[in-house]
Amino acid sequence: MSLELAVLDWFFEPLQFAFMQRSLAVAVMVGIICSVVGSYLMVQRLALLGDAISHSVLPGLAIAFWLGVNIFVGAFIAGVISTVIIGWIHTRSPIKEDAAMGIVFSAFFALGITLITTIQKDNKIDLNHFLFGNILGVTPGDVRDTAIIAVLVLIAVFLLYKELLFYSFDPLGAQAGGLPTGLLNAGLMVLIALTVVASMKVVGVILVLSLLIAPGATAYLLVPRLHQVMLLGATIGVFSSVSGMYLSYYVNLPSGPAIVMVVSALFALSFLLSPQHGVLVGPRRGRPWQTLQALLPSKGSRP
Amino acid sequence: MATSPKIVVDHLSVNYRDVQALRNVNLTVRPGKLVGIFGPNGAGKSTLIKAMLGLMPVVTGRVTYGDNTLAHQLDRVAYVPQRSQIDWTFPATVWDVVMMGRVKKTGWFNRFSASSRQIATAALERVGMLEFRDRPIGALSGGQQQRVFLARALAQEAEIFCFDEPFVGVDQKTETVLFNIFRELAQAGKIVMVINHDLGESITNFDQLILLNKELIAAGPRDWVLTRDNMTRAYGGHVGFFGHVA
Repeated sequence: MSLELAVLDWFFEPLQFAFMQRSLAVAVMVGIICSVVGSYLMVQRLALLGDAISHSVLPGLAIAFWLGVNIFVGAFIAGVISTVIIGWIHTRSPIKEDAAMGIVFSAFFALGITLITTIQKDNKIDLNHFLFGNILGVTPGDVRDTAIIAVLVLIAVFLLYKELLFYSFDPLGAQAGGLPTGLLNAGLMVLIALTVVASMKVVGVILVLSLLIAPGATAYLLVPRLHQVMLLGATIGVFSSVSGMYLSYYVNLPSGPAIVMVVSALFALSFLLSPQHGVLVGPRRGRPWQTLQALLPSKGSRP
Repeated sequence: MATSPKIVVDHLSVNYRDVQALRNVNLTVRPGKLVGIFGPNGAGKSTLIKAMLGLMPVVTGRVTYGDNTLAHQLDRVAYVPQRSQIDWTFPATVWDVVMMGRVKKTGWFNRFSASSRQIATAALERVGMLEFRDRPIGALSGGQQQRVFLARALAQEAEIFCFDEPFVGVDQKTETVLFNIFRELAQAGKIVMVINHDLGESITNFDQLILLNKELIAAGPRDWVLTRDNMTRAYGGHVGFFGHVA
């Protein structure tokens, strides 16, 4: 067999299994929406919020399972409630936002684990599948739900792109110019919650932060505009998801961690080798006189 | 319009985290004048603007523009925050930022029109930044960044312009550009309010001053506000400043 054929064979072999087709389909969709929505988290310095929402979906998921409702719906509701409570604590008390996130997400997470452990005794439901993903157990229904979420999220980002760009860059200026920033922020939280919910099967709630942040951060070191960060990020997200799945198939690794390791490696490459910002090849930084120069107010550095 | 509307601030008091930031401010801002808002650090200058625009809650008071509450007519407002409030590493180019000024006028779900792009181009030209349109904003100097924000405000085609500390960390050229355009806006019948704390020579560029220190010390024509008594009440002690002391 020629080399080309061997490569093709290597590529197509997993695809003959229906479960691999389904899980790859879900992985591709999740790779796209995580990167797109996660770009907003990164530029707003809200990476921790992605972590908070993802840990907070657990109790909703458990309750939905117990009630026999679609677990995506329960998880989504819990994720949204957690952001509301975080915002409430942050605005109504002197507690800072990051502390509020820390308190709320660990409380929700603990409640979720407690509920799932309780339910687990009588049902075939595995806590580990939610924590670390269970992409090989993706059902046709999961594919359908993920596709619906992905389409909704992408349409929303496309239609609201210019408003969300203004809001995430300069919230005060956007508000003063008449944009409903409260509504935009709520919309963004809903998009994040939807994305996290769709990602549970792929990487699980603990590692989803990586898929949200790392592709956008990798792209951010390479291209200068937000929509480019999203497009390149989505490409990186898809590449990572797919190659993670193949790694998982051939080397017999758990798929969630395999995906996260691929995307982390890509970030490391970008961090070291980006033409603009790369530590090894970019413009040299960190020399004492340059550090001093950066501190001079006339050079436009932030005070 | 027979007479251009004016902004009326009526008994405005504002708290910031349970501490009184502004007490009972009454004033009127008329179009056609370049208005400077002065006062020491923590005098409530930014707070005054934000409260007037409804960006922060007020304890008491009302701010109207024409016949209605100003906060309900924000599509007529262009506001430029302090440069330090902005993340300049944000992935956006000069063009992206100026086009933000066209978002509200473009409307939900619509794409930017050709005329919006013309307006943005003209605004960049006016502040001398057109050749930088494809630069990432993080690659600009402080003065250039401020001029881009001015271009964004111009692209908003507002009636009311508010600038928070636009002269901090900018070069001489930018200062000249800013003052020239502020003057043109005022002459075109706009309301132009500029927060500043530099009491140097540049103060003579303003027609009217609002002098604050947690309350209104004085508001009106520059020479009328710049009395030794007013300055002492605002800044305490003795302050050297440039201007004609009545």
